[in-house]
Amino acid sequence: MLKNRIIPCLDVKNGRVVKGINFIDLKDAGDPVEQAKIYSDGGADEICFLDITASNENRETIYDVVEKTSKKCFVPLTVGGGVRTIEDINKLLNCGADKVSINTAAVQNSTVIVESSKKFGSQCIVVAIDAKKNADKWEIFTHGGRNNTGIDALEFVKKMEDSGAGELLVTSMDRDGTQVGYDIDLMSEISSKVNIPVIASGGVGNLDHLVDGIKLGNASAVLAASIFHYGKHSVKEAKEYLDKKGIPVRI
Amino acid sequence: MKVTIVDYNSGNISSVINSFKEVAKDKVKIEVTADLNKIKSSDKLVLPGQGSFKSCVDALNNIKGLVDVLDDFATNDKKPLLGICVGLQMFADIGYEESETKGLSWIPGKVSKIDNQNGKYKLPHIGWNQLNILKESKIFKNIENNSHMYFVHSYEFIPEEKSVIIATIDYSSKVVCAVEKDNIFGTQFHPEKSDRLGLKIIENFINL
Repeated sequence: MLKNRIIPCLDVKNGRVVKGINFIDLKDAGDPVEQAKIYSDGGADEICFLDITASNENRETIYDVVEKTSKKCFVPLTVGGGVRTIEDINKLLNCGADKVSINTAAVQNSTVIVESSKKFGSQCIVVAIDAKKNADKWEIFTHGGRNNTGIDALEFVKKMEDSGAGELLVTSMDRDGTQVGYDIDLMSEISSKVNIPVIASGGVGNLDHLVDGIKLGNASAVLAASIFHYGKHSVKEAKEYLDKKGIPVRI
Repeated sequence: MKVTIVDYNSGNISSVINSFKEVAKDKVKIEVTADLNKIKSSDKLVLPGQGSFKSCVDALNNIKGLVDVLDDFATNDKKPLLGICVGLQMFADIGYEESETKGLSWIPGKVSKIDNQNGKYKLPHIGWNQLNILKESKIFKNIENNSHMYFVHSYEFIPEEKSVIIATIDYSSKVVCAVEKDNIFGTQFHPEKSDRLGLKIIENFINL
């Protein structure tokens, strides 16, 4: 049977790993290539890099990181952050990324999703959304969570599926960096709205949160950052815990 | 020995290249090309494939003479060939992704969309699934039954002759995930992304 995936995410700035707390405060936690290798050796089902230097002059550093990582890690590698054009996607894939996650550009112009999924295949196009609860709905934010758009997340994800997205990476901005758990309602609402896999993100503080993301949020995969890379838990520990809770994982 | 990865603009093949180079080290030459003469003189071929069935077949046809050379290699010279993902799917007579498209007709059968049972099964089928190994195969040497491999696809190969199926997975139904017919091998999963066990399958193919 198909297993639920655990995806450690590394926020990368200027070629170094950092983790944002609510997208703002950053701490340095090491070399991304070595970190990724530790994760894949430990049983990570995929590795995700989020380049948060995306719009700055150091943009090129991520290509080097991706190229080095892909020669050492033989599990899928997803790269996001500042991906805007078909050419950006092409470059990342050529460096060895297996999937590319697209956020702001997808919101601004869905044709980039239509065209990229046609050109490279849906399997490598992940649409990343940052959503924040606003009254009785979730609103889409762009530019690393800085700009609100007024767009309803539940309508937007359907549009992305129709445009050719292969997966959705859903981050709750209310939860990101808080360590109080995923926004389960957001995950389960989106998961029931689309037929493509949903990756839950934002808010993981303990292993039970991973369980909830899958059991209650109906996510196909769970993404987490800080619980893994500050050594709080290993990927192996997380998988054994999920297995104990009856969730199918690759061990 | 020379193993050639056929580079026919089928999308992203850097992971395939990296994994074969990792396994081959300096012992086996890994070439990445669409040059017809170089393909002809290879000992083994790898046919990757990403995107849709139609886009891959179109990309093969866009390189003049390529399909004939591949045909010769696989069916006349009978040298080992490994198809990965859509590379495997193209072994079929026909595929139904985007529009009805003729395949290479090396293994009789068709490629259809996986039945998602009214939304019960998410598509694409993305992630790690377990092999049900049905038959012994040289590419499964030292691979245990129920080993996990990485998949990403929405379509499945349905061969007419069930005897070519060497492994299936459970997803909606028994989906064919590896085939072998004489010198022709194919995996629906991505050995290049399937961690150590995937690399083992690549090694097995190189060592054939």
